Amino acid sequence: MNILRRSVLKGASASGVLAAALAAGLLKPTQVLAADWNKAAFESKEAAGAMKAMGADAAVASKDILVKAPDIAENGAVVPVDVVSNIPNTVSLMVFVDKNPFPLSVAFDFANGAVADVSMRLKMGNTSDVRVVAKTADGKLFVATKEVKVTAGGCGG
Amino acid sequence: MASPMKIRAQLKGDIAEIKILMAHPMETGQRKDPKTNQFFPAHFIQHFSVELGGKVVVQSQVGASVSTNPVFGFKVKGAKAGDKVVVKWQDNKGESRTDEAAVA
Repeated sequence: MNILRRSVLKGASASGVLAAALAAGLLKPTQVLAADWNKAAFESKEAAGAMKAMGADAAVASKDILVKAPDIAENGAVVPVDVVSNIPNTVSLMVFVDKNPFPLSVAFDFANGAVADVSMRLKMGNTSDVRVVAKTADGKLFVATKEVKVTAGGCGG
Repeated sequence: MASPMKIRAQLKGDIAEIKILMAHPMETGQRKDPKTNQFFPAHFIQHFSVELGGKVVVQSQVGASVSTNPVFGFKVKGAKAGDKVVVKWQDNKGESRTDEAAVA
């Protein structure tokens, strides 16, 4: 057992130590990234559970989040979704597809000039609401939804 | 080894519009192989980050319901022509890939 490694593990909760360890190349960045993946949220089978695991269950409906997606998607395997949050200081966006087997699709954190204006492509198994939660720098949560009718599912098969 | 990403970063005013195409199967683990009747094992990108000019601008957690060969678009203020864009992803099997481009 390597003493340095021990001290790194002990101090891992202090981000300064972790950053220093990263800088020194002691930890592979991938190890840190893996810890970022919110397993409970991504493996939740209900939108409500996934939102709760992401700390987003108290979101308030807002018209300032624009969810652009087709009304009818012919191919559920590739559904283009664009999201713009016009809420000032939006620092995170989370995208849920309520009726998917695992509703949480993707979550983004923005910093250093990145704006809450993203485009993506999602799989949708069934006709469902696409639910987007925006989080502001002071921790306020807002939500908007858009229904997409799917004529051929993108999951299973 | 995964194929390279395609990254395009175009300057509009002082906003960089960054488009990323990642080559990845994004297998959900819910799909059955019709020959063996077994589920294809899950294999999907779980995390990626975008850096612009040396600073992390976007960090993302990704689930299996993002489409095969994921495409993402972002906008970042305060960009200059020539700024370096670095994108890194990592999947649930621990595979990873880093690619870069410059803002044009």
